[in-house]
Amino acid sequence: MNRNLKFICLAPVVIYALILIFFPLIYILFISFQTSDNYGGIIYVFTIYNYIRIFDPVYLKVFFNSAIIGLFVTLACLLIAYPFSIFVSEKKPHIQKLLITLVLIPFLTNSLIRTYGWIVLLRKEGIFNTILESLSIIDNPLSFMYNNLGIFIGLTYTLLPFMILPIYNSVSKIDKKVIEAARDLGAKPLNIFFKVIVPSTYSGIFNGCIMTFIPAIGMFFIADLLGGGKTMLIGNLIKNQFLVSRNWPFGSALSIFLIIVTFLLVRLYKKLGGKLDDLGGF
Amino acid sequence: MKNKTLKNLFIVLVFIFLYLPIIALIAFSFNDSKLNIIFEGFTFKWYKILFTNTTLLDALKNTLIVAVTSTVISTIIGTLAAIGLYKYDFKGKNFINSLLYIPVVIPEIVLGISLLSIYTLMRLDLGLITLIISHIAFSIPYVIICVRTVISSMNWQIEEAAHDLGAGDFLTFRKIILPEIVPGIVSGATLAFTLSLDDVIISYFTTGPGSNTLPLQIYSMIKTGITPDVNALTTLIILVVMIILFTSTIVQMRKIKKGYQV
Repeated sequence: MNRNLKFICLAPVVIYALILIFFPLIYILFISFQTSDNYGGIIYVFTIYNYIRIFDPVYLKVFFNSAIIGLFVTLACLLIAYPFSIFVSEKKPHIQKLLITLVLIPFLTNSLIRTYGWIVLLRKEGIFNTILESLSIIDNPLSFMYNNLGIFIGLTYTLLPFMILPIYNSVSKIDKKVIEAARDLGAKPLNIFFKVIVPSTYSGIFNGCIMTFIPAIGMFFIADLLGGGKTMLIGNLIKNQFLVSRNWPFGSALSIFLIIVTFLLVRLYKKLGGKLDDLGGF
Repeated sequence: MKNKTLKNLFIVLVFIFLYLPIIALIAFSFNDSKLNIIFEGFTFKWYKILFTNTTLLDALKNTLIVAVTSTVISTIIGTLAAIGLYKYDFKGKNFINSLLYIPVVIPEIVLGISLLSIYTLMRLDLGLITLIISHIAFSIPYVIICVRTVISSMNWQIEEAAHDLGAGDFLTFRKIILPEIVPGIVSGATLAFTLSLDDVIISYFTTGPGSNTLPLQIYSMIKTGITPDVNALTTLIILVVMIILFTSTIVQMRKIKKGYQV
C-alpha cells in the first residue's frame, strides 16, 4: 500500500489529537497540581491543595446545586423527548424527516441568541407577564427568571434537541414486528411500553441523558443570564477561576474533577451496551 | 382517533416550546419601541439601523469567517482521518481513537479552558486565529464520526477492482472512494458548520479583544443593554437558515416519499 497516502491520511489527525486534545489536557492536569500566586500567575510548586479545596463546603454546595439542577433538567428533557420521539416515529417516513428537521432549525440559531429570546419572554416586563397581567390573571409580575426556575427553563430548552435526537434514533430502530408479536401474545399496552419498547431503547435514553446532563452543569452563560448570577453551577465556578479570580490551578483541578465524572458516566453507558459513535446523537 | 389527536397536540406543544423564543425575537424586530418590552407598532427601522451598526456586522463577519474556515479545514482533516483510521493500522491507533472521543464527551468548558491554557503557554495572541483553531479542535471528531458511518458500510471491493484495472492510489481515491463517501462528508461538514455557529462557551475562552463573534457580542450587549437591531439580525439569520434547510428537506422528503410509495 502506498505509504504517501497513509501519511497524508493519518499525519494531520495524529498531530491534531496530540496537540489539541492530549497535550492541553495533560497541561491542565499539570497546572492543577501547581500553586496560584493570587495575581493570575502560576507558581511551579507541587501541591494537592487544589484538590482538597474542592471539598470545601462552599464548593460542595456548587456541586450539589449543579447536580440537582442537572438532574431536574435531564428528567424534564427525558419526559418531553420520549413521548415526542415515539409519537413522531409513528408518522410516515417523510413526515418524520420534516419533524426532525423542525427540531434542528432552532439549533442552527445560536444558543445564546435563543437564551436572549427567553429573556424577552420571561422578564418582569416580558411577554408572559404582560399577557398574564392584561388578562387580569395576576396583579403583580411573576419572577420567571433571575432564579432557579429561569435556569431550569433555559437549560431544558437548550438541551432538549440533544435528548430528542438519540432517543428518536433508538425508538425509530425498534422492530415493529416485536411489538405486534407482544400484542398478539396478549400483552397490555402499558406492559408493551415498559417491557418491550423502553428496554430496547436503554442505550438511546442513557445517551440522551449524558448529552443533556454534562452540558447542563457546564453552561455558565444560561445560569448567568437567566439565573441572575444567584445560583452557581460548576461551569460558572470554573469560568470565574479562569477569568475573574484568576486562580488557574484551582480552576484546572475543578476541570479534572468534571472530566472524571464524565468518564465514569461514559463507562457506565458503554457497560449498558451503548456505542461511543452514537454519543453525538447525530 | 381521540388518542391520535392527543399525540398530535403533544407534538405541537413541543414545537411551540422550541419556537417560542425565536418567534418572540422575530416579533420584536418589528417593534417601534426601542426598549424591546411593549409592542408599540410595526416598523422596519431596526433593519435600516442594523446596516449602520458596524460592531454587530463585524461580529457577524467574524462568525462567518470562523465557521467557514474551520468547517473547510476540519472536514478535510476529518475525512482523511476517517479513511486512514479505517484502512490502516499503526502503533498507537487505539490511543488516537480514544483521544478523538474526548471533545465529544467532555464539557465544552473544559475544552475551552484547556485550549486557553496552551495558547497562553505558547504565547499565542488570542484572536481570530485561536478562535479558528479551537473550532477546528471541537469539529474534527464529529466529521470523523459522520464519514466513518458511511465508510464502514461501503463496499471496499470496488477499490480492489480499480487497482486491478490499473488505477493508482490517488486516482482510486479521487474517482472511486471519494464519490462513495460524499454523503458522509456533507453531513460532517454541515454538522461542523452548525456547531461552529452555535458555539458560545469555547469561543468565550479562546477569543481576544477585537475579534468578537456574534454570540459573544450579544452576550456583552445583554449585560449593557440590547437594541432591537439584534432582533433584526437574528430574524435575517433565521430566515436564511430556514430557506436552506427547507429546500434540502423538501428534496429529501420527495425521495423518501417516492421510496415509501413503491
